[in-house]
Amino acid sequence: MEQRKEEKNKYSIIIPTYNERLNIALIVYLIFKHVRDVEFEIIVVDDGSPDGTQDVVKQLQQVYGEDCILLRPRPKKLGLGTAYIHGLKHASGNFVVIMDADLSHHPKYLPSFIKKQLETGASIVTGTRYAQGGGVHGWNLMRKLTSRGANVLAQTLLWPGVSDLTGSFRLYKKSVLEDIITSVVSKGYVFQMEMIVRASRKGYHIEEVPITFVDRVFGSSKLGGSEIVEYLKGVAYLLVTT
Amino acid sequence: MWTELCFSYLITCPMKHVVKIMALLVAISSIWVGLLQTSIIPHSHTWLLPIYFVVSLGCYGLLMVGIGLMRFPTCPQEALLLQQDIIEAKEFLKQKGIDVGSD
Repeated sequence: MEQRKEEKNKYSIIIPTYNERLNIALIVYLIFKHVRDVEFEIIVVDDGSPDGTQDVVKQLQQVYGEDCILLRPRPKKLGLGTAYIHGLKHASGNFVVIMDADLSHHPKYLPSFIKKQLETGASIVTGTRYAQGGGVHGWNLMRKLTSRGANVLAQTLLWPGVSDLTGSFRLYKKSVLEDIITSVVSKGYVFQMEMIVRASRKGYHIEEVPITFVDRVFGSSKLGGSEIVEYLKGVAYLLVTT
Repeated sequence: MWTELCFSYLITCPMKHVVKIMALLVAISSIWVGLLQTSIIPHSHTWLLPIYFVVSLGCYGLLMVGIGLMRFPTCPQEALLLQQDIIEAKEFLKQKGIDVGSD
């Protein structure tokens, strides 16, 4: 074990963006503020934002260095799953963190992800909003109700072994992420659920850390009728394929 | 005997999850059929057991959602902390001359 510790861990933080000009700058600042004493790189996968997100990232590269912030854009919006695969191709770390750019995931939790992984040797550390110390801000009663209902349904039918299936703030061993991401076909909310359920079925060691989730753009994560249908289809799909 | 075998198979054998759940349902119904045949409890009661099962499953779901809602963890203080962080970050970005727009 001592020998293993000598090998320096490196964390590649993949952030998909689309029109996140302000948020990407804030998040990069906060990552550099909170993540200390570990080697890391930020990989911004921008899907051709028209608002100049890429220009801001280039300016950030001037401040923090081009080897710490990688801009790996794609020509147009191509979906979240493929954004992670795209970022993964350029990741040089042995660990990969995926998080949202909209600041609903606060970089101050990154050290607790890293610490949890080091303590437990887990293959995946996933952020949970529903454990002690976690929480959500900015959801109305309807949003909370659908969230709880969706969670109870998935817990009862899928027995995933994690409390927050649709959260997308996670740390993966790079090899593990590469292994599961190729077999995931879902999109949107279901994508995150499929990732963690497949990982759980494959027997990977999954740990959880509490995170808080601040929905700043009110109702941005609103669940409409079509999302609920997609979710139910996702649960059914996971029932028969995993 | 058979149900025991089923359970041990459930625990050890990797299979599609829907099969696991079906196996569980088959196990439960086999117990039910067993009860029907041995008439340990009166038949009139045994016939109602599936209904009780479905109703209690529904109650469990509603109860879990209810408890989840009542104990839904919220974090209003985090929103305030985030606002402070954003002000701090904007200050820094301004110093460095990074134009992030006014929004």
